Amino acid sequence: MLPPELIVLISIAAPALVGAAWLYRGSRTLSAGFIGVIAGGIGGALFMVPLNYCTFEADRTSTDVAFGVFLIALGAVIGIAVGAGVNRIVGSGKGISSLTSEQNTAGTFKGTVIPFALLAPTLVILALFLYAPALDNLRLSTLLARLGTDRTAFVCVDNFTKLLEPRQNYGQTLYATFLISFFTVIIGLAISLMIAYVAYQPVRGASIYRTLLIWPYAISPPVAGIIFGMVFNEGAGIMNHLIRSGGGVPVQWLQSASIAPWTIIAASVWKSMGFNILFYIAGLQNVPKDLIEAAAIDGANFVVRFRRVIIPMLSPITFFLIITNITYAFFETYGTIDFLTRGGPAGATSTMIYRIVDNGLNQRDLGSAAAQSLILFSLVIIITLIQFRTSGRRVTYGR
Amino acid sequence: MAELSRQIGTVAPHDRTTSLTGPPSWKRFVPERWYAHVILWIACLLIGFPLLYAALVSTQNNAQVANFVLSPGSSFAENFQQVMVNRYLGEYMLNTISLAVVITIGKTILSLLSGLAFVYFRFPGKWIVFGFVLATLMMPTEILIIGLYRYVSGTLGWGGTFQALAVPFLASATGTFLFRQHFSNLPAELSEAAQMDGANPLQFLWRVLIPMSWNTIGALAVIQFVYSWNMYLWPQLIMQGGDFQVVQVGLRTLLAVDTSIAYGPLMLGAVIASIPPVIVFIILQKQFMSGFQITTDK
Repeated sequence: MLPPELIVLISIAAPALVGAAWLYRGSRTLSAGFIGVIAGGIGGALFMVPLNYCTFEADRTSTDVAFGVFLIALGAVIGIAVGAGVNRIVGSGKGISSLTSEQNTAGTFKGTVIPFALLAPTLVILALFLYAPALDNLRLSTLLARLGTDRTAFVCVDNFTKLLEPRQNYGQTLYATFLISFFTVIIGLAISLMIAYVAYQPVRGASIYRTLLIWPYAISPPVAGIIFGMVFNEGAGIMNHLIRSGGGVPVQWLQSASIAPWTIIAASVWKSMGFNILFYIAGLQNVPKDLIEAAAIDGANFVVRFRRVIIPMLSPITFFLIITNITYAFFETYGTIDFLTRGGPAGATSTMIYRIVDNGLNQRDLGSAAAQSLILFSLVIIITLIQFRTSGRRVTYGR
Repeated sequence: MAELSRQIGTVAPHDRTTSLTGPPSWKRFVPERWYAHVILWIACLLIGFPLLYAALVSTQNNAQVANFVLSPGSSFAENFQQVMVNRYLGEYMLNTISLAVVITIGKTILSLLSGLAFVYFRFPGKWIVFGFVLATLMMPTEILIIGLYRYVSGTLGWGGTFQALAVPFLASATGTFLFRQHFSNLPAELSEAAQMDGANPLQFLWRVLIPMSWNTIGALAVIQFVYSWNMYLWPQLIMQGGDFQVVQVGLRTLLAVDTSIAYGPLMLGAVIASIPPVIVFIILQKQFMSGFQITTDK
């Protein structure tokens, strides 16, 4: 193992060099390179200083070392991304003043204390009930902590690397999360688009139809679970009754590990469809009619018009819906799962959020739950960043 | 944006000219685009089916459910008594209404105040404060649930209390942006005139901004009402063992009535618990849509 001082040096110097090269390559100024050095260096130390470089201690496993390198790289990416943002502001010539004050002064009230007084309730609540718990989560993820006891012990990144052990079955949790999320989003959007395409046409009673199509949005995920639990109940449910009276073999909708995720998907699709249909109808009403007519005059049949005109025109709204549906599938399905399968059978429907609650508050392993929360958090941040990068172009209605 | 919200409300007028100029007689009885009506009927029925089935079961006893009787059963009154009185769902409903109203009103007020601060004031660090609020969009409560639970039940000792359910949800990045966007679309002359008349910011908010913001307030209200009515994970954790419970969690008690599940009461509970948010959503669907338009189109 390398001496600790050398590890610290490398973990700061390497990201600093990468940061300098990256930012210098972009704008070819010395100041950009300088910002890159600072940003990369801070980024490299971002996770390692709070952890006190524990992943590189002599008795650590190679998994820990690899995870440490990953954290240095992740910190470097975050640092350099922030550095690039700072560089753009500095480079744009407006300087730091554009960060602290607004150019537009028309119609503003005087006073600098009043705005903070107006914002105080919001800021205090956000700080106490969002930021503080988030920091606590970060700290907990490095601790051996049990719910109900105050004693804790620092365990470095064990809560993360432990998840890689086969008996933890974290792969299954990831698989269940992605299976349920992916198909909830894909199936939900496809069916919703088809229904919306019919519903947006100017038929008599359109607003009544629309109301009858979108109301499931207001149904809660637990209620969706309860109702689908009845429809798909293996003994008393209507689905198996229909199958039995058709001479078929009853399906184990909730007891079979290969079918249960699909029952969850069905309930989630049903619950999310109202929202999707509502937005697709709005989007379709803004597709210029002359565009569709022009395509029809050119001899494009229904399928071609749908594929070549409708779907491209709706892509911004589809994108918005994909993001909101992923967030729904990640988090809101908790209530549905809790009533339908409670994560079973054998963990087949135990998604990331379900497992966080189960591990943390039922099995009382706060450290592991906090670590899993951070993994989910990073997924959400990635999704949100994609959303922000494309916002503005996202929901454009053409006119 | 305004264009869009108007169009959501109204569909292009029906083209009636063909029926006035003497079509073949049978056409008068077949609506135009009859195929669309057929498809929409099927879609409405498929979407409505799970709830209709639940409503049917809610009137039956277990024997009727097991025999798949497809007409209303005989146990509605009994199930209603079981659910609303014996299992306290009536009380849970009242609790949830008060919680949803407090959260909705509180969020609206705090969001109006912070929207006012962001649009009508210049102050040092504005964009840092703005970023501080913006970043919370990336922090769903579910992700912080472990830390939040430790803080609220441990540090604050609020476990099982009303404020544990309400206070963490009173601030809202969504609401702040909604009003910030709405206010910045209003003409600057409004606040200039108000200042010339000697109005202070709160008077300006009360007399000028709020009367011009009812649509946006409606948008935020419907989003937040449905959200807070349907909260499940947080109340389930923080209200354990407390006297006060919300309806979504209260439904759990219907899962085990006398060791075996009684399907009728469970379905009745699910249907009753869904009535308030569905009604609010249907009444305010136009506002709901325009609210999302503003937040996404900035």
